[in-house]
Order: sequence, then C-alpha cells, then structure tokens
Amino acid sequence: MEIDVKKVAMLARIRLTDDEAGELGPQMNNIIGYVEQLASVNTDGVEPTAHPHDVALPQRIDVVTNTNRRESLQSCAPKIESGLYVVPKVIE
Amino acid sequence: MSWEVVIGLEVHVQVNSKTKAFCGCSTEFGTEPNTQTCPVCLGMPGQLPVLNMEAAKKTALTGLAINADINLESKFDRKNYFYPDLPKGYQITQFPLPLVENGYLDIPTKDGGEKRIGITRIHMEEDAGKSMHEGLDGVSHIDLNRSGVPLMEIVSEPDMRSADEAIAYLKQLHQLISFLDVSGANMEKGQFRCDANVSVHQPGTPFGTRAELKNLNSFRFIKQAIEYEVIRQIELIEDGGEVVQETRLYDSVKGESRSMRSKEEAHDYRYFPEPDLPPLRMSRDELEAIRAAMPELPGQLRKRFETEYGLSPYDADVLSQTRELASFFEALVAAHPADPKRCANWLANELLGRLKEKGMDISDSPVSSQRLAGLLERIADNTISGKIAKDVLDAMMEADDDADAIIEAKGLKQVSDSGAIDAIITEIMNANPDQVAGYRGGKDKLLGFFVGQVMKASKGKANPGMVNQRLQELLKG
Repeated sequence: MEIDVKKVAMLARIRLTDDEAGELGPQMNNIIGYVEQLASVNTDGVEPTAHPHDVALPQRIDVVTNTNRRESLQSCAPKIESGLYVVPKVIE
Repeated sequence: MSWEVVIGLEVHVQVNSKTKAFCGCSTEFGTEPNTQTCPVCLGMPGQLPVLNMEAAKKTALTGLAINADINLESKFDRKNYFYPDLPKGYQITQFPLPLVENGYLDIPTKDGGEKRIGITRIHMEEDAGKSMHEGLDGVSHIDLNRSGVPLMEIVSEPDMRSADEAIAYLKQLHQLISFLDVSGANMEKGQFRCDANVSVHQPGTPFGTRAELKNLNSFRFIKQAIEYEVIRQIELIEDGGEVVQETRLYDSVKGESRSMRSKEEAHDYRYFPEPDLPPLRMSRDELEAIRAAMPELPGQLRKRFETEYGLSPYDADVLSQTRELASFFEALVAAHPADPKRCANWLANELLGRLKEKGMDISDSPVSSQRLAGLLERIADNTISGKIAKDVLDAMMEADDDADAIIEAKGLKQVSDSGAIDAIITEIMNANPDQVAGYRGGKDKLLGFFVGQVMKASKGKANPGMVNQRLQELLKG
C-alpha cells in the first residue's frame, strides 16, 4: 500500500511543501509497512476486535445536566457576534 | 427508449431525547444560539463522550417496528471531515456494525396493493451544528446548539421505482416515527430530513450511475427534485453523455439542481473505530422490555377502529393518521359511548373540516373531545337536530361555552311537541291549498315541499322525524 501524502495532507487540511511531502512520504510508508506485518497473521475463526479493552459502555440517563456557559466557553473563540461563532465564509 | 428509475432514500431523523447523544446538554429547539453546548459537543480536547441510552432505546424501538434485526452488540466509528459546524472534525456514527439491520416497510401502491421496501440499516449518529450564510459578507455564522443532537439514519434499499413510490415510503416512515414518539418528525425544523439516490437504466441492464440529491425538506420538494433529476439523467444519456456520481443540491425556488463538486473531492471519510466508546451491548431482556413498550401502530389502530367501533375503512383510516387524532377520537368515544359512528362522523367531517379552514391541527382544536361529546349527547336525545348541531359547533369554535349553554342562549331547542308541530303544519296547509290538492291527487313528491316549508317556518327547530310523520297523517285529510 502506497500513501498519497498530498491527499492525506489535503484531507487533514495541512499545508505541505513539495520538500516536506518528499520527506514525509517514505516515513509514512515505512509505518504502513510495519503495520502491514499484521496481515500475515492467520485470523481464521478470530472474532473481530471492536475495542481493545473489554469494558462496558458507560451509559447516561436522559437528564439535562449542563447549563448555559456560553460566555466562558466562547472566551477562547477568535471571533463572536451576537453569540454566534464567526468563521470565514464556507458556502460554495 | 424505455427507462426504469431506481431510487434509494437516506432519512435522518432527530431523536426526541431531552439531551444530546454524548453529553448532558439540552436539545431544545429555537433557543438562543450556543447556549446549549459544553466541552464535549464543542469538541474540546480530552473530553469523553458518554452515550445517552434513551437515544439507543428509541433507535432499537424503531428497528423493531420495521421488523429488523437488532444487533445486541453494535459499535461506534468516526467519520472524518472538515466543516466549521463539526467542531471535533469527525462525526461519531456507526459504520460496519450498526444497531439495526435488515428491516422493511410495506407501502400502499396506486392499484390498491402493497409493495415491500427493504430497509438496509438504521445507525445511530450525532447531528452537526448550524451554519448561517445569508446576508453575511465573506463570513459564516455558526450555532452549535444542534451539535451532538442524536440522529438515526434510516437507509433504504434501492427498491423504489418512481417519485410517487418514494413519497409513499417517506409518508409511511414519517407516520411510523410519529406514532413511535421517537422524534418530533417536524420537517420544517429539520427533524426529518431526506437525501435521495437516483439513477436510471434500461430494464434488464445493470443499475445506472447514481446522483445523490441533498437538501430535501418537504414531501413536495422531494418529489419535484426526483422528477427533475430523472429527466436530467435521461436527457443526458440520450444526448450521448454520461451520468457522473456526484452530490447535487436542489434549489426549490429555481426548480433545478446543481452539482456540489467540491464536496465530492473531499468524499474520503477515513472511517475508523471510535476509541472513546466501547461497543454498545444490549441484553435480550433490555430488548424485550423495549418491545413490550411498543405503542399501537397505525395499521393495528386502523383495524381496531373497524372491529371495535364498527367504523368504515375510510373513517378508520382518517382517524388513525396521527396519534393525536386517534387519541382525540378515543376520548370522544369514551365521553359519548352510545354511538362511535356518530363520533367518527362529527370528528372526521365536521370538526376536522372546520379546523382545516382555520389552518389548525387537532392538537390546537378550540373544541375539546369533552365539549364535542356534549354536543353529540344533545343530538342523541333529540334536543337538537343534526343540522342545528352544525350551527352550534360553529359557535363552539368561537367561544368557550359548552353546547347546552349555546343551545339555551340561542333558543335552538328542537320542537318535539306534536301540538306545536301540528299547528305549524295546519298553517302551511291553509296557505297552500293548491299543493294540498295536488298531493291528495297523487303527487307524492310534494311531501318534500311541505317538509321544507314546515322546517323553514320553525327556523329549523322542528324535529324532522316528527314533521315527516305528522305531515303524512294530516295531509291524508
């Protein structure tokens, strides 16, 4: 499996120069190659692992526990207007 | 060339739990922006999701209602994409192992039969926030109150062959969801949203390439959008072109759709298991408890109305359309048990007709089931005729008075005193000697003329049965 570094970078919204892509590509492919060793293990009759820990899913009852903390939660946002987050235009 | 249309539908239904899927924030609609958020649904680093079991139970209940398999172990995954209304950068959803699989819904067909539409799966996921662009220059505004609200995505098989079948399926599903009380199912509020996958091919050949239509928020627009898309694809192919797999946005104002190509480019969701949530395990006992709490569904209700109350199939169908209407009917019958058919007639024809004129729903009816029953009692005991009762109901729509008070105040009590009725009849006979002679000479049809005159003279208050009977006797001479 060959990784398309430019595509991965685009999906992750990370800007890469050609030099960086050239440097990262072989490194990422090395990692993939390492993990691919797992494919050689015979897993016939082995249940797929849904989660590494066999723990019960914590469950919540349907009761509102959070109150309005808008002011403090928005204090780290770069820009706010009338309680709304302001971001660069996203519609096509 | 003949073309066959193939349609599959994905419906996103907002679950009507009080809190979000993975945090204790309220899901209330229409509140001040960003007042119902917390570090979990804002995607702050290090925050852990905890599943709202109410959402899981309602999804399982929906699965049981469509005769599906409920996976006692299902798991959660991350669907990764960038958009400002998705603060985590991924949506928690279920990919390879959803809670519900392999169900179906039987929809009515035009020829009066039924068609089975397969439902591939229902998986649990979370809603995104809301972006606003209108009237803004170079920026968008984000409200994250909706971020993390539980959704079920109901995915059908590509089993529908026309826009009409798609609408029939959606209406059936919408009614089911409402009866189950698992969602507000209000389309204008975005609680029931539909994406349609549409392709065309020639019968006997493999399915064509499909286009996905998004942004469909009313039954009317869904039908329009599908019909537009079918014509677009057929024309494209017949002109030698090719349908490309893409997402198209339907513009209900222009009545046309346009491609959202840039979205295609990013269509690589890189699903992987959600490490923050262990698998969802449901025991057989839990599942049976959910099944035991299943409310009566529209089809069962319709049949019971026919057998228990002797309603016509048509009335039974009308009165089982919504849960609210069915409960109103049952409360009405409880208050006026003597005549369920009269209850059905007055509710389905008279009250619903008046509500429709006012653009109202049964839940906003100014006349309660108790007040309507009070009116029906007065018809039953011959205090007023059915005709007068309609006027009384008109008055009840406008005032809080009960039927008795209106009948009393307007002096509408029916005249059933034979002396008083005879007096009116004699007066009419004296005033119309020619017609009396005609009737006695064999013109039986003139009876109707006399009934009309007597009713008119009594201002509609004479008991019509008695008028008929006394007229026939007195006219004999």
